[in-house]
Amino acid sequence: MSATTAKSANLTGIARRRRPDRGGDQVKQKWGNPFTYLVALLFIVACIAPVLFIVLGGFRTNSQFTTDPSGLPSPWSVGNYTDVLSTQTFWGQFANSIAVGLASTAGIVVLGLMVSFVIARYEFKFKGAMYSLFAAGLMFPLVIAITPLYIMIKNLGLIDNLLGIIIPQIAFGLPTTVIILVPFLKAIPKELEEAASIDGTSRLGFFFRMVIPLSTPGVVTVSILGFLGSWNNYLLPLYVLNSQANYTLPLGVQALSASQYSQDTAKILAFTSLAMLPALIFFSVFEKKIVGGLTGAVKG
Amino acid sequence: MSDTLGTETASGRQSQGTPEAGDAGKSASPASPRAAGRRRSGRARMRLEIAILSGPAIIVFLAFVIFPVALAAYYGFYRWKGYGDPTDWVGFDNYKLILTDPAFHEVLTHNLLIVVLSLLIQGPLAIGLALLLNQKIRGRSIIRILIFVPYVISEIIVGTGWGLLLQSNGAVNDLLGKLGLESWQHDWLSDPDLALWTLMAIITWKYIGFAVILMLAGLQSIPDELFEAAEIDGASYWQIQRRITLPLLGPTIRIWGFLSIIGSLQLFDLVFIIWGPYIAGTAGTSTMAIYMVAEGRNAANFGYGSAIAVVMFVISMVVALFYQRFVLRRDLQGAVTEGGDR
Repeated sequence: MSATTAKSANLTGIARRRRPDRGGDQVKQKWGNPFTYLVALLFIVACIAPVLFIVLGGFRTNSQFTTDPSGLPSPWSVGNYTDVLSTQTFWGQFANSIAVGLASTAGIVVLGLMVSFVIARYEFKFKGAMYSLFAAGLMFPLVIAITPLYIMIKNLGLIDNLLGIIIPQIAFGLPTTVIILVPFLKAIPKELEEAASIDGTSRLGFFFRMVIPLSTPGVVTVSILGFLGSWNNYLLPLYVLNSQANYTLPLGVQALSASQYSQDTAKILAFTSLAMLPALIFFSVFEKKIVGGLTGAVKG
Repeated sequence: MSDTLGTETASGRQSQGTPEAGDAGKSASPASPRAAGRRRSGRARMRLEIAILSGPAIIVFLAFVIFPVALAAYYGFYRWKGYGDPTDWVGFDNYKLILTDPAFHEVLTHNLLIVVLSLLIQGPLAIGLALLLNQKIRGRSIIRILIFVPYVISEIIVGTGWGLLLQSNGAVNDLLGKLGLESWQHDWLSDPDLALWTLMAIITWKYIGFAVILMLAGLQSIPDELFEAAEIDGASYWQIQRRITLPLLGPTIRIWGFLSIIGSLQLFDLVFIIWGPYIAGTAGTSTMAIYMVAEGRNAANFGYGSAIAVVMFVISMVVALFYQRFVLRRDLQGAVTEGGDR
């Protein structure tokens, strides 16, 4: 970029006069304006402080909370965390969250990839209608449908069953998936499909041998969004799951803060920290892909 | 258009000689001319493929998204407690009740306030922060990760954490006391004059990272040459932001606005977790979705709850259509070039 700047700057006298300034800018660009760092720092502190309160709170004791609600842990106690980690409750709910997350993500990806392939690569009468159907799905959030959905799940006998969460999550995950994957699949060059066809590959063969490997980046984005959505889902489990053994982590957090432990602030915070940790790790690993996928989706 | 095209492409592909399709054509219709048979079987095959590939997704989607929404519309015409089948048809009575229900008007007002305040608070803040962070500064990637953290953690965790922080004897009031700002201490969550603003602060905290990341992505799609050209022409920093950055960021801002409005209209989790359906009513933070759940599930007025869901949906739909028609329209016609001309 600086090379082009220098070249275009040579074109006019005004620009040449400004070149020393530009040079100054570039030195500045290495560190930039201190004000920028100050604002960025304040912003980050505002974003992170409440999260730190949760994590550090888990290292305190309840008496520390009573005497000094906003203090740092002193002394640090790991008892809350080891307590939570040694309970069957936490690991059971952790396993449920993982199972629901993986199954929902798998369903979203498999069904979403298949239908997106049809919309992107086949020519037929109802293609536009099919795309609009899924796109309109963005307008139907879970909240609006929750009451009838609950009754339906009850009639299907899936109350207090993890499947009662997984299937609706797949259904509600499809719109985003289709909207992200269709442009992605459309971008696979036609020539590739023709070449495959000349080599005697059917369109289904093309789907399995070429499309699936080529669409990996889009699929990764969709999977991450699906998994995070499932991991954080609260409303659906709240309606569908009744027994503690089937709870996912968000319900576990809620049950803890509403139960006989509601006075045990430190334990609630330790449990909450451990419940958000997997999502945070998952997010930091895939940060670039999530952000790229979100912006790609928004730009359509 | 697409149907004939489809036949052509399908048959075209067949004539390139997919062996098994040709054989199938022969066996299916031995009497007809070869080409016609091929075309027909190619089309049938294509239909089969479409059905197999799109069927599962469409069935799951119709059954678990569209059907429940349709059911809500149906239940909305009944007085129904949720036991057995709804039989007590009341026509539009539930909707008439909504029109005159002061409790619904109150929650609707809250939703509209949240829509407007979210746009007014988060929009300028996010644009400003994105402009600032778009400079070439050190540690950009770590900054991005950190500001996105509140968006990634779940509503239940945000709610639990902020609920504890903001209790009347919680950490926020304690910290204010330590700083000698006793007069700033408040009952953040239950004071009806304050609770909605507390909610706005939490919403801003939770979703601002998402807005900033979107704006940053939008800024990065603006070609550097434009800024360089303007700089060469002697434009000041603020002139550049006003004449180049903001117009070119327009599409991103408008799409963010859309997502923000729809999210605000359907706000549920945070309020439900921090306040619960009953306290939210007295603290003045209740939303349409909260009222719907309170009526539908907890008071077992499933008919009335469903009617509220339908009204929520209609409001969102109307807002979305208006927004698309009058705000997003320019984006659909390639606003980047249009904006650049101005």
